[in-house]
Amino acid sequence: MIDIADYKTVAEQSVTTWFKAAPVSAFPANGGACVLYKGKQIAVFNFTRRNEWYACQNLCPHKMQMILSRGMIGSEQGVPKVACPFHKRTFSLQTGACLNGDECAIATYPVKVEEGYVYIGFEE
Amino acid sequence: MKKVVVIGNGMVGYKFCEKLRKQADQSHYSITVFGEEPRLAYDRVHLSEYFLNQNVDALTLAPHQWYASNHIDLHKGELVAHIDRNQKTVTTHRGLQVPYDTLIMATGSSPFIPSIPGTDKKGVFVYRTIEDLDAIIAYGQKVKSVAVLGGGLLGLEAAKAMLDMGLETHVVEFASRLMPRQLDDSGAAILQAKIEELGIRVHLLKNTQAITGNGKLDALHFADDTKLPVDMLVISAGIRPRDELARECQLSTGARGGIVVNDHMQTSDPDIYAIGEVALHREMIYGLVAPGYDMAEAAVQHILGNADKLFQGNDMSTKLKLIGIDVASFGDAFCTDQPHLPILYTDHKKGIYKRVNLTKDGKKLLGGMLVGDAEAYNILLQTMQNGLALPPDPEDLVLGARGGESQGMGVECLPEEAQICSCENVSKGAICQAIQDKGLNSVKEVKACTKAGTGCGGCMPMVTDLFHHTLQSMGKRVRKTLCEHFDYTRQELLDLVKVEDIKSYEALLDRHGKGDGCEICKPAVASILASLWNELITAQDTIQDTNDRYLANIQKGGTYSVVPRVAGGEITPDKLIVIGQVAKKYNLYTKITGGQRIDLFGAHLHELPDIWEELVAAGFESGHAYGKALRTVKSCVGSSWCRYGLHDSVSFAIEIENRYKGLRAPHKLKSAVSGCIRECAEAQSKDFGIIATEKGWNLYVGGNGGAKPQHAQLLAQDVDKETCIRYIDRFLMFYIKTAEPLTRTATWLNKLEGGLAYLRDVVVNDCLGIGEQLELEMQQTLAVYSCEWKEVVNNPTLRARFKHFVNGEEPDPTVQFETVREQKVPVGWGK
Repeated sequence: MIDIADYKTVAEQSVTTWFKAAPVSAFPANGGACVLYKGKQIAVFNFTRRNEWYACQNLCPHKMQMILSRGMIGSEQGVPKVACPFHKRTFSLQTGACLNGDECAIATYPVKVEEGYVYIGFEE
Repeated sequence: MKKVVVIGNGMVGYKFCEKLRKQADQSHYSITVFGEEPRLAYDRVHLSEYFLNQNVDALTLAPHQWYASNHIDLHKGELVAHIDRNQKTVTTHRGLQVPYDTLIMATGSSPFIPSIPGTDKKGVFVYRTIEDLDAIIAYGQKVKSVAVLGGGLLGLEAAKAMLDMGLETHVVEFASRLMPRQLDDSGAAILQAKIEELGIRVHLLKNTQAITGNGKLDALHFADDTKLPVDMLVISAGIRPRDELARECQLSTGARGGIVVNDHMQTSDPDIYAIGEVALHREMIYGLVAPGYDMAEAAVQHILGNADKLFQGNDMSTKLKLIGIDVASFGDAFCTDQPHLPILYTDHKKGIYKRVNLTKDGKKLLGGMLVGDAEAYNILLQTMQNGLALPPDPEDLVLGARGGESQGMGVECLPEEAQICSCENVSKGAICQAIQDKGLNSVKEVKACTKAGTGCGGCMPMVTDLFHHTLQSMGKRVRKTLCEHFDYTRQELLDLVKVEDIKSYEALLDRHGKGDGCEICKPAVASILASLWNELITAQDTIQDTNDRYLANIQKGGTYSVVPRVAGGEITPDKLIVIGQVAKKYNLYTKITGGQRIDLFGAHLHELPDIWEELVAAGFESGHAYGKALRTVKSCVGSSWCRYGLHDSVSFAIEIENRYKGLRAPHKLKSAVSGCIRECAEAQSKDFGIIATEKGWNLYVGGNGGAKPQHAQLLAQDVDKETCIRYIDRFLMFYIKTAEPLTRTATWLNKLEGGLAYLRDVVVNDCLGIGEQLELEMQQTLAVYSCEWKEVVNNPTLRARFKHFVNGEEPDPTVQFETVREQKVPVGWGK
């Protein structure tokens, strides 16, 4: 049911579809929520403190749990990151790299906000 | 570029690679490593820990990235089958041929299997690799009894692991005592008494002649015509060097095994080195890791052209915790061949044996052994190795200074060149200098920078002492700051929040922090805010851990569990029925908790508010099982039912639980009230526990179950209810204000300077004059309690947060359950 291969980082310049996910107000300040797009689960973070938005796979590669959207966000030496609620593996929200272990990197996706709505970029 | 090939990827092989990469330019040496085991190099010294958690990662010495970033070509699961010394190549069992300029043989050893008929039967195991342990764990599930053949170090470790698996455990030893190489008769007798106390049966002077059974073993038969029926056997009868490759290519080997090496670790072929358990140095095989690391160092130095660094043998000093019992032996422990004066101390009551051997003139220490209490090991070893002068009364070495000034045998007395970490060969001078020159701020940094304590870890108490000493001598105070975002301790932050009346995390970060926060400081600050202001934690939900954010306990698979408060464990049939109905309606797995409550598992995020709406309507409140907060106050039935009960423990437990419910603290808080000394509520294992006495109540604090169980200590005796509550108020508030994040009361009390005596001074004698203030602060915090779930149930905005998808109403479709004993449970972790 869960296939980690479904999640591949999308670069902003290769976006072909901007998916209109939800209004800005649906995402808690300095926190995340999960967006469903064609069976894929994407964690989207409203990083109000940095005035930035990030998106990544909702799947934590450590124990294959659909959970990252419920993780706490923060920064490490300036790099924005999310911590998995299960075992506190942390991942860079910019590169997806695991910052405190040997897990494989998570996929990240471009986000844009237009007229009060949050859009996530996909390539397909 | 010179080609270095390493055969063997154990601890010593790994250490060789690490040292070579550190000391020589990568462009000068290529490194290729062959390991026959299917995994990365791991810590065999701590192999028994694998029984606890089966966590290979925790034992792994370095991740794949380490090999990659150090340009080490690692071939796992590949056995070197042939060495061609003329062509200078090695060939693996897969046919891969690799040339070398320098060859390192770190092939280690294999367990020695005595030639007893029947060792090939099913149920006979050895204890060496993770694969061996996996096989033992699997087989051990199906049997009742096990014998360990060999009462040495490893045998006893294995026996402990077997005992922990719940098996009837026997140790069979050929000699007349346990650990014959390290301990004398008296020491071994003390050890044996302690081991037997745990339930392990020891059989000495047993010469095993046959292992019988039809297919799988059923008994061991001994030369004295006795037999021992068992279902399983673990052989731990010593090691044999893996020298078969060396023999095949005609390197010089010892008559009883091992590759002969010189002080540079060179074999009879100067381009081939042997290190670790396979090396035979001056007729000695070393089965310990520290000498192995020294050998690796000598080999690296010689390869780099530095002929001064020699391996000149190593004493077999060792200290370890065997079956929870300290055992150490150092220097010349027996002194069978040299004149000496022994000082012996035996305490059969406590199970302690200490022996030190002095020179005939009584001035120097030659060696000794310790059983039951090895705290003095490090300092004794240092005293011996550095030839330090002994105190005027040398018996102080085993007895401690009795009365008067202590004879100062701490780390400060050691010379600069004293070797602190024998695994990594780090001196006192090197550690102190690193702390001073590099401005190291924690023991962790000292470990990372100097490598001291990264091997067996036995020197960590000394490294820690040295760290504190050096900082003190530099006039520095040791501060445990929270994380990179706050340069303050938790206590300092709590004071700032209080004095400046700060109510939000963002405000505190703006005013006193830097960066964007993280998963360490967010919940720590959330806990401070909750402890001080007790405002609803839902107001700042994204600084909470997931459990506090969704007011439930996350479980495997991403669903949550729900625990309603059942104060004191007392519940009416009507309320029980409601719990049952709710569980049935939402298809929840139910289980009674250890805290006399009922846990309902497997709720989807969106179901939580609905479940709680029904529970709240029936009069339930949050049990705060998800919070670092008061959990439960257990009780026995007390004087209302029990023929032994002295007072009404149930009423008191309910009163206490309702008083402190919702109180948030640095860590969870558990409590219990027992109605008499029989202690059915197990109050002495709680953060605070109360036991009825003839005259009133005894208050105990700082108890703990969990990984490191600890009995609570008596804080106040025979006090009335009101006084008891006042003391608890003071105790809890003092703990909340001064503890580090995520520190239970037991750990906090252990670290508190002055310990229980000081705590009693603060709480009972009010030596700081803050007693009333602590009570007042507690009252203010408790006065604003309200049930978080009631709030959420009645607030549509809060309720709306409880869903998995922001753009859909469906639950997480990846959640899967299976059925076990008529209830649902989540499927295992994904792979």
